[in-house]
Amino acid sequence: MLIEIRWHGRGGQGVVSVSRLLADAALIDGKYAQAFPEFGPERLGAPILGFTRISDAPIDIHSQIYTPHYVVVLDPTLLKTINVFEGLVENGSAVINTDKSPEEIKQEFNIEKFKVYTINATKIALEILGRPIYNTAMLGALVKASNLVSLESVREATLKRFKGEVGEKNVAVINKAYEELEVS
Amino acid sequence: MAKVIGLTGDEAVAYAIKQCNVDVVAAYPITPQTVIVEAFSEYVFNGEVDTEFVCVESEHSAMSACVGASLTGARVFTATASQGLALMHEILYIASSLRCPIVMGVVNRALSAPINIHGDHSDMMGSRDCGWIQIYAENVQEAYDWTIQAFKIAEDKEVLLPVTVNLDGFILSHSIEGIKVLEDEDVASFLPPREPVYTIDPNNPITVGALALPNYYFEFKVQQDHALRNSFKAMGKVFSEYEELSGRKYDVLHTYGMEDAEIALICLGSTAGTARYVAKRLREKGVKVGVLKPWVYRPFPEKEIVEAVKEVKALAVMDRACSFGAPYAPLGSDIASILYKSGLDIPVVNYVYGLGGRDVSPLDLEAVVNEILEVAKTGEIKEHLKFLGVR
Repeated sequence: MLIEIRWHGRGGQGVVSVSRLLADAALIDGKYAQAFPEFGPERLGAPILGFTRISDAPIDIHSQIYTPHYVVVLDPTLLKTINVFEGLVENGSAVINTDKSPEEIKQEFNIEKFKVYTINATKIALEILGRPIYNTAMLGALVKASNLVSLESVREATLKRFKGEVGEKNVAVINKAYEELEVS
Repeated sequence: MAKVIGLTGDEAVAYAIKQCNVDVVAAYPITPQTVIVEAFSEYVFNGEVDTEFVCVESEHSAMSACVGASLTGARVFTATASQGLALMHEILYIASSLRCPIVMGVVNRALSAPINIHGDHSDMMGSRDCGWIQIYAENVQEAYDWTIQAFKIAEDKEVLLPVTVNLDGFILSHSIEGIKVLEDEDVASFLPPREPVYTIDPNNPITVGALALPNYYFEFKVQQDHALRNSFKAMGKVFSEYEELSGRKYDVLHTYGMEDAEIALICLGSTAGTARYVAKRLREKGVKVGVLKPWVYRPFPEKEIVEAVKEVKALAVMDRACSFGAPYAPLGSDIASILYKSGLDIPVVNYVYGLGGRDVSPLDLEAVVNEILEVAKTGEIKEHLKFLGVR
C-alpha cells in the first residue's frame, strides 16, 4: 500500500531534511520511498511543506501529495495560520507539536474524524539540542504513532545524515519523542 | 547484489558521472546550475575522481570548453538548466555538427520571463532542433541509468553525437528516491575509455569546423540528420548490454497497457509515471487506457509509436512546453505528423500542462482521460490544443 505523509513547518526548521530521513529509513527497511519539498518559494520563517511516500511496490506517481494519510506539524503556530488537516484521508492521523492534549486539539479544530497525537517536541528539542529544531523529535513521534518504519532504521538513517555529536543528539531526541508520545 | 541508496535526481546523475571515468567537466558554477555539478565537484575535491573540472564564466563558455575538450578525444560531461541551456544554444549546434559525443544532464526548467525556477520542458524544447540525441528520464533510477548509457550511445563510432539526459526540475532533481546503483567496476567494464576516431593534436594537425559554403554545407547537414536517425541501431546494442549488466531493460519507447487500450496518453518525463498511476487505477474500473512514454525524443521513435497506437480510438498528447503560435505544442506536432504520415486517422487532443512547475495531479490526468474517452466515443474534437488547469 502507498502511504503518503505531509510535513508542515517553516523555512529553516528542517522540513525537507526530515521528509528525507523518513524516506531513508524506509529504504533501509527494504521499502520503496520518495521524498520531496514543496515546489514553491523557499523563505526563512514562511510556512512550507515537505512530502514523503512509502510503499511496498515501486512508486510511479510524481505529483505533490493532496490526500495524505499522515500530517506532521512541526511548528505549533501554523495551526492558527493554515488548515494543516486539508485533504487528510478519513481516519487519517495528525501528529502535532503542541503542549495541548489530543482532545483539546480535536475540540478546537472540530476534527473528530481524525486520529490526533500530540507531543511537546519544542521542549524535547530545547532540552537535548539546546536549539528550537523540532524536526527529528517529530520524526520520533510519527514513527511511534504510525509504525511506518522501524525505529532502528530511523536511528541508522539519522546517524548517516548527521555526523558525530549532532547525529547522536538527534538520535537521543528521536528516542525521547518515541518514548513520550502517548498512543491509546 | 545491487545496493539501494536514497539519492535525489541531481545526486544520482553526479554518482553516475563519478563511475563513468569522465576526463573533463566544464560548467558554469552559479545559478541556474544544478546540484549535479555541485555534487560532482565534491568528488573532484575529495580526489575520488581524476576529472579535470573547469569552472567557466558562462554556459556559452561551458559548452565551448566541452567542444574543445571533446575534440581532443576526452570523455566530456556538463550539466545545466533553463536560461543556462538557452545561453548554450549557439554552441549546441557546433557540438553536434562537429560530432562531439558530449553528455549533458539537463534539469528541465522554465524560461524567463517572468522569472521562475521550476520544472517544465521549455528549455530543452527551445533547443529541440540542435541535432543532439535527447532522452527524458521518468524517475531518479532512470536518470542514473540513462546517464551511463548515454556515453556508450554517444561514443559509438556509428553515432558520434552529443546526448542530453533530461530530468524534470525539482520533481526529479530535488526528490529523493531509492535507486539501485551499479558497482564501479561493472560500469568500467560496460564503458571502457573512449576511442576517438579523429582528435585534434598539435603534433598531427587537422582542421575541424572549416568553412563550407553553398556547394558543401547542405551535404554536411544531411549527413548529420542521417547520423541522428541512424543512432537507433547503436541504442539497441547498448540497451541489451545494459540489461545484461543491470537487469533493467530500456528502449526508445516505454508502453503501458497498449495491448488492449482504447485510448492513450503520451507524455515525456516524470508525468508518465503519474499517468501510469492513474491508468492503473482506472483499469481496475474497466477503463482501457494506455500510457506511452517516449524515452528517446530525438531521434523520434516514429515506427514504435505508430505500431503502439494504431488500434486506439483517441489520443491525448501531453506537452510541458508551449510552441507559441503553432498548430500544436512540440510533442503534439510530432504525433500529428507521424499519424498523418502513416495514414492513421486517430483524433488527437494536445494538452499543454504544468508550465513553470504547476503541479499535475492524478485528478488533472483523470479529467484528461475522461475528455479523451468522450472524443473516442463521438469522434468529435472540440479543441485541438488545450491548456490544462490554466486559470
